[in-house]
Amino acid sequence: MTGVIETSVGPVPRVATVLARRDRWGALRVRLGFGRMQYTVEPGLYAVGAPQEDSPVLVTANYKLSFDHLRIALAGQGAWVLVLDTNGINVWCAAGKGTFGTAALCAQVVASRLAQLVRHRKLVVPQLGASGIAAHAVKKQSGFAVVYGPVMARHLPEFLARGMQATPAMRRKTFFLAERAVLVPVELVIACKWALPLSVVLYGASGLFGSASFWGNVQEHGGWTMGGLWSGIVAGTVLTPLLLPVLPSRAFSLKGGAAGLLAALVFLAVFFSRSGASGNGFTALAWLLLIPAIASFLGMEFTGASTYTSLSGVKKEMRLAVPLQVAAGICGLLLLVWARRLQ
Amino acid sequence: MTGTGRLLYLKGVATLRLEQETCIGCGMCLTVCPQEVFAVVGHGKQVRISEQDACMECGACMMNCPVGAIWVQSGVGCAQAVFNAMLGRSGEACCSVEGKPGGSSCC
Repeated sequence: MTGVIETSVGPVPRVATVLARRDRWGALRVRLGFGRMQYTVEPGLYAVGAPQEDSPVLVTANYKLSFDHLRIALAGQGAWVLVLDTNGINVWCAAGKGTFGTAALCAQVVASRLAQLVRHRKLVVPQLGASGIAAHAVKKQSGFAVVYGPVMARHLPEFLARGMQATPAMRRKTFFLAERAVLVPVELVIACKWALPLSVVLYGASGLFGSASFWGNVQEHGGWTMGGLWSGIVAGTVLTPLLLPVLPSRAFSLKGGAAGLLAALVFLAVFFSRSGASGNGFTALAWLLLIPAIASFLGMEFTGASTYTSLSGVKKEMRLAVPLQVAAGICGLLLLVWARRLQ
Repeated sequence: MTGTGRLLYLKGVATLRLEQETCIGCGMCLTVCPQEVFAVVGHGKQVRISEQDACMECGACMMNCPVGAIWVQSGVGCAQAVFNAMLGRSGEACCSVEGKPGGSSCC
């Protein structure tokens, strides 16, 4: 916030086009999955630069990460930013839910008295907001024409310079390595919420099985049990997103399973080279079931963060994958216990 | 992955339908689709589905078709949302599957 500008509809807060240290820290925090649901800005009208009555109006959600992406993309421009109340959800997801929608947009146009503020009748809406907005209905209800902007806010300067024309590349949602890598921390943190308690339980449980005393068993097996569990978690939340295009199959559960198989082989190579006598064929088979099952489940969960999966497809793969994951998980656990009894 | 580096999801599952007779060729669906599912045929008078498997069922084309020529069972392709729906969780946790308004969320 860099002050307030006086307009025909009253004072409008003006925002900076560079991020403060606090904004960068906030972005890092939500990228790590902390406080993501409470990272919001106040809905309403904002000014960027020194906007006039014919400056463009750009619409966004009240997720602060979305808002920040937009304002830094507008450095050096004069523009109005209209923030809809999406409960702090990003444009794409909020459009899917309908909170970033025709009704909310038209209501905000009225509430912000946009018709009095600007001379033109155009609203630049992010293209990914289109699943919640019916452009023709907005025109009818508010008198404003919706112009769909680029998928990425960083393309806005070029889009505006071209007279609000998007190139085909601006219209495509890509899912390149860097775009997938940025999702890894949040996937890991979300997984940790159940994986950390599970680790403690499994570490303790490893003492119950085996030939030695409770603590003897924990010392011998606890670390390996952790290693196996986390091989699966890393395969599902780190390897699967990073290697997505090169992993076999189109189904995320199979991609995750393949990454898990890779991780299982690495884990077993280390396991057998280090622990020698404590491993046998049953142990190997157990981990060959468990690690891919965990990774397959987590890979399937990555459909939610991915940019190109359909609900019909997710339902289809879940019908097959979930029973298999559960079966592999149960068989793997039983085999692991059985292998210890044999020693 | 195709030659253009595009990632494609499962074959033959997307519910997207386009009624050729109703289409007026305005091109709104080409504008809003983030996956390049549609293509123009002829002299820009009509649109057809060129890559059905690329459809992620976001519903943007259906929402923005002024003549209602497009239909898709829209929703979010998210496994956690499917679990949430099965568990009857829609209010406090995460996305709802069919993309209905309301509820806070995870995505």
